[in-house]
Order: sequence, then C-alpha cells, then structure tokens
Amino acid sequence: MPSFKNLYKMFTLSELRQGLGVTFRNYFRKDVTVQYPEEKTPQSARFRGLHALRRYPNGEERCIACKLCEAVCPALAITIEAEPRDDGTRRTTLYDIDLFKCIYCGFCEEACPVDAIVETRIHEYHMEERGENIMTKERLLAVGDKYEAMIAADKAADADYR
Amino acid sequence: MTDNTINVEINGKTLEASKGEMLIQVADRNGIHIPRFCYHEKLSVAANCRMCLVEQIGGRKPMPACATPVMDGQKFNTESQYAISAQKATMEFLLINHPLDCPICDQGGECELQDVAIGYGSGASRYSERKRVVKDKEIGPLVSTDMTRCIHCTRCVRFGQEVAGIQELGTMGRGEFTEIGTYIENSVDHELSGNIIDLCPVGALNSKPFRFQARGWEMTQHESIATHDSLGSNTYSHVRRGKLLRVVPRSNESINETWLSDRDRFSYQGVYSEDRLQTPMIKKNNEWQEVDWTTALEFAANGIKSIVEDDPDQLVALASPRSTVEELYLLNRITRGLGSDNIDHRLLAQDFSDQAADSLAPVLGLAIAELENQDAVLMVGSNIRSEAPLLAHRLRQASLKGAKVLVANPEEYFYYFDTHAHLSEVNLVTQLASIAAAVQNKTANKDLDLQGAEFSPEHMKFADALIDAEKAHVFIGNLGLTHANFATLRRLSAYIAAQTGATFGYLPPAANSVGAALAGVLPHRDVAGRDIPNIGLNALQMSDQFRKAYVLLNLEPENDVQRPYQFRKALDNAEIVVAITPFITDSLKADADVLLPMGTFAESAGTYVNCEGVWQSAEGVASPVGEARPAWKILRVLGNLFDLGGFDYNSAFEVRDALQAKLVGLDIATTYRGSASLNLAAEAPHAYLDMPAYGHDSIVRRSNPLQDTRAAKEAGNKFFKVAIV
Repeated sequence: MPSFKNLYKMFTLSELRQGLGVTFRNYFRKDVTVQYPEEKTPQSARFRGLHALRRYPNGEERCIACKLCEAVCPALAITIEAEPRDDGTRRTTLYDIDLFKCIYCGFCEEACPVDAIVETRIHEYHMEERGENIMTKERLLAVGDKYEAMIAADKAADADYR
Repeated sequence: MTDNTINVEINGKTLEASKGEMLIQVADRNGIHIPRFCYHEKLSVAANCRMCLVEQIGGRKPMPACATPVMDGQKFNTESQYAISAQKATMEFLLINHPLDCPICDQGGECELQDVAIGYGSGASRYSERKRVVKDKEIGPLVSTDMTRCIHCTRCVRFGQEVAGIQELGTMGRGEFTEIGTYIENSVDHELSGNIIDLCPVGALNSKPFRFQARGWEMTQHESIATHDSLGSNTYSHVRRGKLLRVVPRSNESINETWLSDRDRFSYQGVYSEDRLQTPMIKKNNEWQEVDWTTALEFAANGIKSIVEDDPDQLVALASPRSTVEELYLLNRITRGLGSDNIDHRLLAQDFSDQAADSLAPVLGLAIAELENQDAVLMVGSNIRSEAPLLAHRLRQASLKGAKVLVANPEEYFYYFDTHAHLSEVNLVTQLASIAAAVQNKTANKDLDLQGAEFSPEHMKFADALIDAEKAHVFIGNLGLTHANFATLRRLSAYIAAQTGATFGYLPPAANSVGAALAGVLPHRDVAGRDIPNIGLNALQMSDQFRKAYVLLNLEPENDVQRPYQFRKALDNAEIVVAITPFITDSLKADADVLLPMGTFAESAGTYVNCEGVWQSAEGVASPVGEARPAWKILRVLGNLFDLGGFDYNSAFEVRDALQAKLVGLDIATTYRGSASLNLAAEAPHAYLDMPAYGHDSIVRRSNPLQDTRAAKEAGNKFFKVAIV
C-alpha cells in the first residue's frame, strides 16, 4: 500500500520539479559544448596525430634510415628499405607507415636520433580508397613540408622537457 | 699433460689451465666474460686495445688478460672495482675518437663496441675537443671502409699476415695519426678478404654489397651450406621478408673454422639476377610461351616419353655437380627408370678411359683439418686458391707447421705458402713420371715400367719429402681431373702415393661431386657404385654423339661443359631439350624446348656431400623467385608423370634418407686399384681446363661484386654480366 509520503510526492509533482530545477540551473551556466568543427578544443604540443617526415632547412631529408623507429614500433606499422643514395649517403628507398596498424604511441618519434619522424597535431584525416592508409615516404614528407612551422614550434615548446 | 696442468683462481673460483695459456683463454673456456676488441682466438695476441684489463691480486698494475700467461697459484679478479674502473677508463679513451654515428653505421645492432659500451661506457662524454677524422679508403668491390670508426685493434692487419698470407692492410703513423690502409692506393684482393668484415669489431670494415641494406635485428638467421666449392663451408643465411640479404660464416672447426671464402660469402648476389627464369616456358612453333606448371611438365614428360618408347638410349641427362644429392638421385632414378644409362655430372672431364677404376666417390682421402697435420703434401694439378680457397688456407697452415708442400702443376700459380718443391711444366704427365722414377730410384722397387722416364734433383726432392714424411698425402685437383690424360696422371699419382706410403685422394671439382657419384649420376655406375653392364654416354660423348632427348639440370650449355660449341650442336639437333634451370640464358633460349624454373641453393632444401664425405643438409631459406620450385619437387612430379612409381616423397630429406639407406656400409676410401696403361707421349698444350675462380658456376658468374674483383677482371671477360634486380 502506498505510503502517505509517496502520495504526497505524486500529487505535488516534487520529483518533476527537482528535475526541472537541474535543467533551470544549467540554463544559466556557461556552455561546455564545443561546436566542432567550427570550434576546437585546445591541443598539447605533445599531441600525437598524423605522422610527418621532416627536412633540414636546406631541403635535405632528415631521415637516415637507421631503422630505430621500425625496431621500436610495437604495432609493426613501419616498413623501411634503404640503400646508398647516389652521393653515397644512407637513405630510405621505402618508408611506409600503415595508419591502420599504428597505435599513435609516439615511440617512433622518441626513438628518432635526428627528429625526422614526428607525430603532428593533425588528427582530422580520412581515407576513401583502399591503400590510402599506407603513408608513403612522399606523403609523409609532404605532410612535413606543409606543417613544418607547426612542427618546429611544437618541438621548440617541448624542448626543455626532453 | 698432467705436468702442464696448473691451477689459477679467477673471481674466487679455482680453475684448471695449462701452462703458458693466456688468462683470457682460461676465462673464455669457463664462461667468464672479459671485454675485448683486439683479441681473437684465431689470431696472434696484440694487446693493443687494452680493453681486457683485469686485476691480478698482488700485482702492481692492471694486466691485459689476452697477453697474461697464467702461472700456478695466480689469482685474478675480473669483476672487482679495480678491474672495472680500468676497463671503463679504456672505454672512455676508445670512444674519444670514435664518431658516434651508430644510426648510419651498418654495424649498428651487431657491433662489439656498442655492446661493450653499454656495459662499460659512460652515459655522457667529458670530451669536448675536436674528434679525429680519417679519409675512407677504396679497397675494392667487396669491403667498404669508414676509417674514422677504426679503433686500431689491428685484427684485419693480423688476419692478412697470419691467415691470408699476404699483408694487404697495414698500420701507418703513430698515436693519434695511426691509420689502417694499403699504403699506396690498392685494392684488397685476397680470396679470403671478406673475413676482415667479420673480424672488424666496429663498423670500419663492412660488406660493400650489403651496405645500408638491413639491420641485424630485422633478419632471420638460417643455417646453410656454401655450394661453391667442395668443402661445403658452413654458413648462416640472413633473410628478410623472404629475400636472402647476406651470407656469413658459421663456425665449424673441422671444415671452415671461422672463415669463409669471398666466393661463398658474396655469391648470393647472383641469386636475384635479372635473368632468373620466373615461370615455366615451352617452345611451340619456335615461339616461347609462358605456361603453368602442369602444362610445362606434361609437355616435357610427353615429349620424352614418345622418344623413349621407341629407343630408351635416345635419352640423355646431364646434371651439374652443384645440384643437391636429392636432385641428383631423383634424376638418376628417372633416367635409369626410363631405361637409359646416358647420365653424367663430370661436366669438364675429358678422359674417361679409366673410369672403371674410379673409387666410389672422388673424396679427399683424409679429413680437411687433418691436412694441416701432414708432414708432406703432394698436390697434382690444382689451382687450389681458385678451386677451394679454404683448403689453400689449410695447406698454408700445414706449411707454417713445417709440412713440405709439393706442387706439380701444368702452369705457374702463385701461392701464399712456401712450397718445398714445385713444378710448373706444361707436360704434367711426364713430370709425374719423373717423380715416380725418382721414387723408384729411392725405393729400388721397379714394379711399374716408366718407359725410361728420367729424373732431376728437383724430382728427387719430391721423392725424398714424400718418403721421409711420416704422414704424407697426395691429391689430384681439378686441373688433373679435367686433364686429357687423366688416366695416366692418376695411375702415376696413385703409384707415387702407394710407393711412398702416402694417402691418396682427389679434390672434387664442385660442391656435390662426391654426392653425385654416390647417387649414381654416372654412365657406368648406378647408386652406391653398382656397376652398369652397358655403359652409357659420358659427359663428353653427349656432345659428340647426337641423341634425341636431353635433360639438363642446373647448367648453362655455353659455360658449364667441356665443349660448349659441340654440345650446343647436339642440343640443336635434339628433338626435345628439357632444361631445369634457375637462369635463362641465350643458349637455353635457342636450344631448349622446355624451361622449368628451379630454386637456387638459397631457395631449395637439400644435401651436399663435401670432399671429406660429410653429408650436410640445409633447408631452403628464401622465398622462391617467381614460379620457381625446388628442383627435387620438379623431378618428383616428372617421375610421377612417367609412372615410374616410388616418387611420393614429402620432403627433400625423405629423398636423402632413401638414398642413404642404399649406401649403408659402403666404404668411400680412395685407394686406386686400377692399372691404366701409361701414355707418356707429349700432350697438347691445353690438355687441362682452369676455371676462373669467379667463373665457376652460374650463380657466381652473376654476382656483380665478385665480377668486379681484380681476380675476375684479370681472368678476362669470359663470362657475361647482368645487373642485379
């Protein structure tokens, strides 16, 4: 048998009022919703997004095919092949990162002795065709060229802690 | 031995040692690790890197373990604070001038300096002055140099002096200005020079063909057998993603010690040559068509069947002695199963007249390592540095130990060892007869009529050395085996051996000459030396007497047979030529009707029997190129297509076991019991064939680094070259 207390709650709509009270209070609070993609949340300089291969200011690619990133990669996402370039220096002929395998752990970036492979703050990318998940050397270098200013700034910001 | 045994104490443990032994040897034997760079068990002690400094309790200063002979009752500590601090200080000095370029150094990941630096190096450098830079030297197509990385351990220099027998590298300058180099611009040409790559503890000397190709940790290591001479050196194949990237020696004291000849080390570069046959092909209406395996095999089987049905003698099979035992055995079973005895592997031999007196297999007649312990060795007709570089090394060791090395060759060759007496006369047989006459003179036993051969004091030196020796060995090399008057030559050599109490044998010409003989790939003998009543065609007759069907296993008609021109005519005349081959050559294109792509040594499992008679098996390690298949599988299917029965092998090793079961209890001793009549008439000037070291087989001929060596260039442009894919 319903108690008197419950009957009272039922007829005075107190629970409904309580709920609406929460709504009413939040109505005057500051918004937390970010209107993505018009608005974006702030990112750390250490954000680990899409990979890029960097160049030196003189245009020479940094990567020297030491294969430490390939060795350290826990997801085996990196594939490298190397041989002497015409000038005798050690360079990659193949540098593939499989974005489907990659877990964005950032170990490759940490292992790199010449800061060649980096993870940028870019995380908005997609694939439309089969095979686009493979970031080839050319595509990685293109990303690096395009966002070098951002990468350099991020590296500088983090330099004191490395 | 007991007088020599003493007790020393290392790290509190009492260990047995023999008098005069170096501390590092005692430690190594007992699993106590002492860091070192310049010490190597096969080289003399230099004690110049100072990395192995240890504490001698009661001693005044740290002692280098590699140069400290142990004495009874001495006590050492290799792990005390004192020892470790000495080692750390040495490491710091070594790293002063070492460029820290590990990321671009090929040695990275397999570097002794890196490994030791992990244990004894300091995390940060105190050195801020300028580092030394040394110009790289160009020392040939096999070894790359990065001399700035050199730590002057001088292992490469000592290797040249002590093992190779010619000092091609040396140290120049002193202290900070020390450099390793050739003094005047020169290449390092010794046939074992690749070993300095393994000896170098840092990345100063590295493999040039392998430069920047892969890291040690990326590759998987497989045990393999080298197939370019009859030693069957033990190797490791390093494979990444199905591709053979490097071959390095695997230590085996009784065969190759820790060394490997350049030919075995760099031949792998020929495996991925551009002219690898990728798919089975058949020729129809003079047009080559790429077909699938079934079509090609049926085409081959039907073609041969239609000829064999009329006359089995029309079938001829010629196999390379570099094929595996399994391939040779199956080829023998097919050929003999179809009723033909025309099968051979002695591609370059010319004189078959005394083949009935052949021993079961052309083995060396003593253990390879035993060669070092002979008192006298007579080598008849062998350009040994080219035929078996590591056997030449054994002869050099024998010579250093005081053995009298005697050489009778039809041509003057250069050796890195001292010969007690040597003849280099074109007329090899008469020279041997003179030696035999000298022996007869000494033993006063004239049971062989030498047709009045006369001898000189030089010949007497041969006789004296062989008779005086307690342990003497006589062997015939490839120049002898391919000699036009081989029967006489062998009769005389065996006679000399018998009269002087020496052991007798042969240096087999190829990796599996012994295996081929045991597998019965001979016109006069079946498996296990069973005599064939109606002797088939030998390798030479196959060129001269035209037959209708030819099966070629793993050989190139233009380069691998004694009379290429004549042989190609025979092929041209044939109705069907089935070539099981890894490579497609011009002559095969012109003369063959079916091309079946087979795997090379890297891709097929198989067994090789070396010159000592040791059976060594290896798995295929690399992925096949294109549609290529191991030849034993091709032959297995062919056997089934001919309905021969008993061809249902599941692995190469089942084939080997089937063959071995037939060989149980057979003795492969090489005593010569024939009585070939002597033919001492003057012979034609080119009665023998000297294969250039790097023209030896199809894979070596396609190895670009080997073809770029001085030895290959001096041998002339006898062989075509193709680019590596």
